[in-house]
Amino acid sequence: MNHSKQQSSQQVITMAHGSGGRAMQQMIERMFLAAFDNPWLGEREDGARLALAELSQQGDRLAFTTDSYVIDPIFFPGGNIGKLAVCGTANDLAVSGATPAYLSCGFILEEGLPLDDLQAIVHAMAQTARAAGIAIVTGDTKVVQRGAADKIFINTSGLGAIPTAVNWAAKNVRPGDRLIVSGTLGDHGATILNLREQLGMDLGTESDCAVLAPLLAPLRALPGVHAVRDATRGGVNAILHEFAEASGCGMVIEEGALPVKPAVRGICELLGLEPLNFANEGKVVLAVTAEAEQRVLEILRAHPLGVDAATIGEVTSTPEICLRGLLGVSRQLMLPHAEPLPRIC
Amino acid sequence: MRFVDEFRDPQLAKTLLERLHQRARQLPFSAEKPMQIMEVCGGHTHAIFKFGLDKLLPPQLEFIHGPGCPVCVLPMGRIDACCEIAAHPEVIFCTFGDALRVPGKRGSLLQARERGADVRVVYSPLDALTLARENPQRQVVFFALGFETTMPVTAVTLQQARRENLTNFTIFCQHISLMPTLRSLLQQDDVRIDAFLAPGHVSMIIGTAPYAFINHDFGKPLVISGFEPLDLLQSVLLLVEQVCDASCKTENQYRRIVPEQGNLLAQQAMREVFQLAGDSEWRGLGLIEESGIALTADYASFDAERRFAPQAQSVVDDPRARCGDVLTGRCKPHQCPLFGSGCTPHNAFGALMVSSEGACAAWYQYRHREEAPQPQRAAG
Repeated sequence: MNHSKQQSSQQVITMAHGSGGRAMQQMIERMFLAAFDNPWLGEREDGARLALAELSQQGDRLAFTTDSYVIDPIFFPGGNIGKLAVCGTANDLAVSGATPAYLSCGFILEEGLPLDDLQAIVHAMAQTARAAGIAIVTGDTKVVQRGAADKIFINTSGLGAIPTAVNWAAKNVRPGDRLIVSGTLGDHGATILNLREQLGMDLGTESDCAVLAPLLAPLRALPGVHAVRDATRGGVNAILHEFAEASGCGMVIEEGALPVKPAVRGICELLGLEPLNFANEGKVVLAVTAEAEQRVLEILRAHPLGVDAATIGEVTSTPEICLRGLLGVSRQLMLPHAEPLPRIC
Repeated sequence: MRFVDEFRDPQLAKTLLERLHQRARQLPFSAEKPMQIMEVCGGHTHAIFKFGLDKLLPPQLEFIHGPGCPVCVLPMGRIDACCEIAAHPEVIFCTFGDALRVPGKRGSLLQARERGADVRVVYSPLDALTLARENPQRQVVFFALGFETTMPVTAVTLQQARRENLTNFTIFCQHISLMPTLRSLLQQDDVRIDAFLAPGHVSMIIGTAPYAFINHDFGKPLVISGFEPLDLLQSVLLLVEQVCDASCKTENQYRRIVPEQGNLLAQQAMREVFQLAGDSEWRGLGLIEESGIALTADYASFDAERRFAPQAQSVVDDPRARCGDVLTGRCKPHQCPLFGSGCTPHNAFGALMVSSEGACAAWYQYRHREEAPQPQRAAG
């Protein structure tokens, strides 16, 4: 995993790789085109030319989204910044009800980034996209001087068609809806916290970073799914607040129903943090009607990415978000103002 | 999860609560004039709010959230001094995360970092020591904050630094001692505290004996408590039993962690490195006799204030803020005129709002929508 600490003789990104000259052409040819290889990229035009007919066969609306990835560390158990850049944007499309089809990718590379690291990242992107049936059809590379960026930043934008019947939106959330999460909370956040803060804990967890489109696709045919969001930064708590804000409803969450891995619970207990606030990269929160609840759980649990799916609470008409604790007392669930700061004693 | 779930068992909690409600009826207290139990430790305060224990208590009992959060009693002037030291270009200023957002008169350490100071969050002073070893050309300063709980690890770090002859490592000493503050609280005429829940982790270091004066000199029962819901409920029950039986002693509910004599090795390390150093200012409480802690002569060269000589800062708290009244139980957080308007966790005016263990932050986080501000109830 120690990609960035190899011997000094290794090849690194230089300013020449961003100059528009031969070094850049070679890198694009040998690394990006070779890895992402697909007909659109093969045309080597300035922009990818996508057939509208194919997209309109799949639905009546396009979902279009963008996200930038600046994670530190760039390699972590369960993935790297490249895999994350594909999963994150694909998931934003998938929770819109769309089938992720095309991605763009923009790289900002810091001078001195080992080429091996870049190769590993690009490889992960290609592999993740291909496995999910997504084509990376256009891209851009810039190199900045040492210190002007931290190793590598990636931006991806994505396109996909939304089937005509699908209308998932936070404003559709209704009192009485059940709130479901697709699996254990906080795996990504805990893994990154442990690495970045050098806590040195042997958690045995890895990032849950994954493309969720295959997990969510079967739900599109199901009536009663009101809203779906992936619980990334801000965790499940942030999504509950987004649902509440958009719908004017409240939420009651049962603390005892939250699926959390023991190691993640452990790190939260030690540092005084809440798994509900931890970032995920492969989990969604769904609001579904009471009638649809069991069927949604069955469909989610039938997929490897959804085996730990669980109902965690219910939508109410009182506009506040509460967590009912183990002893039966409810408390408000507020959004933390900034990153949670560990307690000192 | 072991060591956690067994102390949160809802069934056992129910049994304890039933017993508590039964015994509370025999107390010489009422809903109008409840028995006031001060939990001294910020960790207790947080657990009480998180699990809603105060809502489960019988009406004859009430928690008062005491001054046991070291961040909450941190005077603004001390933060200003830290920011001044952190602004030196050669300094790497290391702090626990809690202290990062505490406002001084001239901003917080977080704002100092935004202005270019090299301020870093560490989880242990030993991490700061590692930074000092790795950066011999820089001056590494550790903000040593806390009660007897965190003093031993600062002491051990300094012993290590001295053995290695590190000359680029110092501490900004804001350690404080708990006992003088409890004594000072009990000496105030208008503060009514009927019993104490004593902090488990301070006691793990100092043992049970130092609390004896609370029983003997002031006639208040005291129980050293753990931090889980069952610990706290059992400790409250022990206090109620003491009052019902007209007894007054120090009991140790947290035996699984707290030995009667405390941690002798830690005490020895503290004695070598630290000494009582006269009066110390506590935010909200004012100057408290003999509560300050300083380095002993052998370790004076590790004193960041000696090395960087920041200007002494004396900052008077805004008279509208009622931090001190909250800390002493004279009023509840939401009865302060600034609560929720001039003072929120996003824009904290008082330190009780900054730390997650502060009574105001806990109140705001868990229930500020439940009760609108209301006139203060007559104290005592």
